[in-house]
Amino acid sequence: MTAPTSQTPHATRHVPQDETQGVPSFEASGGDWSDIAEEAARLGEERIVVNMGPQHPSTHGVLRLMLEIDGETVTEARAGIGYLHTGIEKNMEFRTWTQGVTFCTRMDYVAPLFQEAAYCLAVEKLLGITDDVPERASVIRVLMMELNRISSHLVFLATGGNELGATTIMILGFTAREEILKIFELISGLRMNHAYIRPGGVAQDVPPGAIDSVREALVKVRDYFRQLEDLMLANPILQARMKDVGALSLAACMSLGVTGPLLRATGLPYDVRKTDPYCGYETYDFDVPTQEAADSWARLLVRIEECYQSMRIVEQCLERLAKPGPVMVADKKVAWPAQLAIGTDGMGNSLDHIKEIMGTSMEALIHHFKLVTEGFRVPAGQVFQTVEHPRGELGVHLVSDGGTRPYRAHFRDPSFNNLQAVSMMCEGGQVADVVVAVASIDPVLGGVDR
Amino acid sequence: MTDERKQDPVTPEKADASAAVKPGETAPAGAQKITEAALEAGSQNLPARSGARADAAAPRTPLDVVDVRTGMFGVHGTGDTSGYGGLVATVAMPGPSERPYGGWFDEVVDVLAEVLDESGTGYANAVESVVVDRGELTLNVAREHLLEVVRALRDDPDLRFELSLGVSGVHFPHETGRELHAVHQIVSVTHGRRLRVEVAVPQSDPHLPSTTSVYPANDWHERETWDFFGIVFDGHPGLARIQMPDDWPGHPQRKDYPLGGIPVEYKGATVPPPDQRRSYS
Repeated sequence: MTAPTSQTPHATRHVPQDETQGVPSFEASGGDWSDIAEEAARLGEERIVVNMGPQHPSTHGVLRLMLEIDGETVTEARAGIGYLHTGIEKNMEFRTWTQGVTFCTRMDYVAPLFQEAAYCLAVEKLLGITDDVPERASVIRVLMMELNRISSHLVFLATGGNELGATTIMILGFTAREEILKIFELISGLRMNHAYIRPGGVAQDVPPGAIDSVREALVKVRDYFRQLEDLMLANPILQARMKDVGALSLAACMSLGVTGPLLRATGLPYDVRKTDPYCGYETYDFDVPTQEAADSWARLLVRIEECYQSMRIVEQCLERLAKPGPVMVADKKVAWPAQLAIGTDGMGNSLDHIKEIMGTSMEALIHHFKLVTEGFRVPAGQVFQTVEHPRGELGVHLVSDGGTRPYRAHFRDPSFNNLQAVSMMCEGGQVADVVVAVASIDPVLGGVDR
Repeated sequence: MTDERKQDPVTPEKADASAAVKPGETAPAGAQKITEAALEAGSQNLPARSGARADAAAPRTPLDVVDVRTGMFGVHGTGDTSGYGGLVATVAMPGPSERPYGGWFDEVVDVLAEVLDESGTGYANAVESVVVDRGELTLNVAREHLLEVVRALRDDPDLRFELSLGVSGVHFPHETGRELHAVHQIVSVTHGRRLRVEVAVPQSDPHLPSTTSVYPANDWHERETWDFFGIVFDGHPGLARIQMPDDWPGHPQRKDYPLGGIPVEYKGATVPPPDQRRSYS
């Protein structure tokens, strides 16, 4: 070993402050350095571009925000998406119409039942059996969708609160959502990705005792909402952070195609459940809450009030569910052959059905096999079906070529469309307000990227 | 409907399958040729027309045939012992509708025709056909006049389709000359109506004017349609890929986009791509 000289490795010296004075510094990724340096020299100003995401807790998944900032002010905001694109629409073209439900439920995973319902309504419209869906199936669909709306808005409250540093709101919101997820598990067997609503009806009837469980859960959820309101509505910090932040006027909403709570927070009571009812929504008694301020705070108020309206609808559903009835269309060429049941080894085909197809009726076995493997044919044509998703208007465009699989399935996801408004909501505001504005859109990237 | 749709869509392969089912017969293979009449007779899902038999001589609009199926159970050739091998079924998309369209559809089409005729474009030039199917109104619009049509639909007080729910694409490789369809969904909040504006462009020249100047909401939707279908929206402020990476080759939602198989770690086997697996349809 030699004595340490200037040639031997050593830690880098601290750079004296005076050496970096007046030296421009740039962060760069990708592209040619000389181009970046040239552009910086040409602009001759301090331009800072901050990449928020795609891995950032406050971006609701893998949303990438490219912010150009001047001090604390955002001068330009761009959203980059596609990090969660999984090709669900393409995948659906290679599965039967019934299997499609299993795919589309995974799009917006916070509100899976809305994709299922919209897709099934579209398939039923293509088949021309919209009026043949039993009333009980529609009531169960409405029940599940409205419970899902509450649980989705609870996630909005929880994550929105968490992003502002209020972990108590998050804990309360997620605890309340847990009550609803328990109901989903009881009725559909799964907490998320249910694949419960099927073309022609629902996968199975509500189990015994479910109605009482929903009633009990509603009491608890109401209690949690009261706690959340006590925490949030008079909270000066929350109001200071959310009022007049991320404003989007009615004209901007209309031109950008923004729907849902964002649109209703501008004062327009546009709700597909009222304007274009499906699943018998015209027979339920509920209001469409609106606000005038068009800012993040107004959206929060709209969503909280919507939850109470959803509870009203759920209660009406529970009354209607007292009357038994079928939950799948009578047409055996479309209806899934078996109802599910809970056995000793979990949920599966009911033993009665197994006994029939394996023991008594060969024709029933063939029918079951054909319908499950091949599926049913859907007459050629195209339809567009929309439902009121918690985040806005969800549209399903289905094209059939007369086969057993969709020729094309496209989902117009409300978060995908609403994210276009990020630039308008954030530019000119503070960097910290970007988090609030994006939270008020409540995007779910699973739905955005599909 | 254009002339391209009239062409016989039966591929040689399919014709062979229908001919092969009766090997014992002496009739030439051409005897089972699928005629235009057979296509119409076997077609499904056509709107019932009252008095169709009475004026059978009247020319009917050509069918928008999307598929011709032979046999049943997905078996073809000599392996088909089902006895259903001679079955020929055509599948046609709902064709253009005739007046009255019903409900408010007539009113909207009338007002649109009035606006277009006034401007000198002419309704007949801009709107190729009107399809009413399953309670939904579809306007098939020529791409040169798309911007004018959507602007009229948005701005006329009697139409007022002020909300756009986006654009998506559909790929029909068999429709020569109009393979790529761009489907615009628009809503009138004022009147509580919704309709669809469909534009077909050839795959060799997939250009179409961007509607972002009328509906800024279509910005990302058009980027997605470009990304997945390769439809070029001229005049779009920044038509970049949105879901796929920027350097992605091809447009994945096209029907001819190659699908990958899945290699299996057992003697070099692979699971075939989904479009090459056994199917029943």
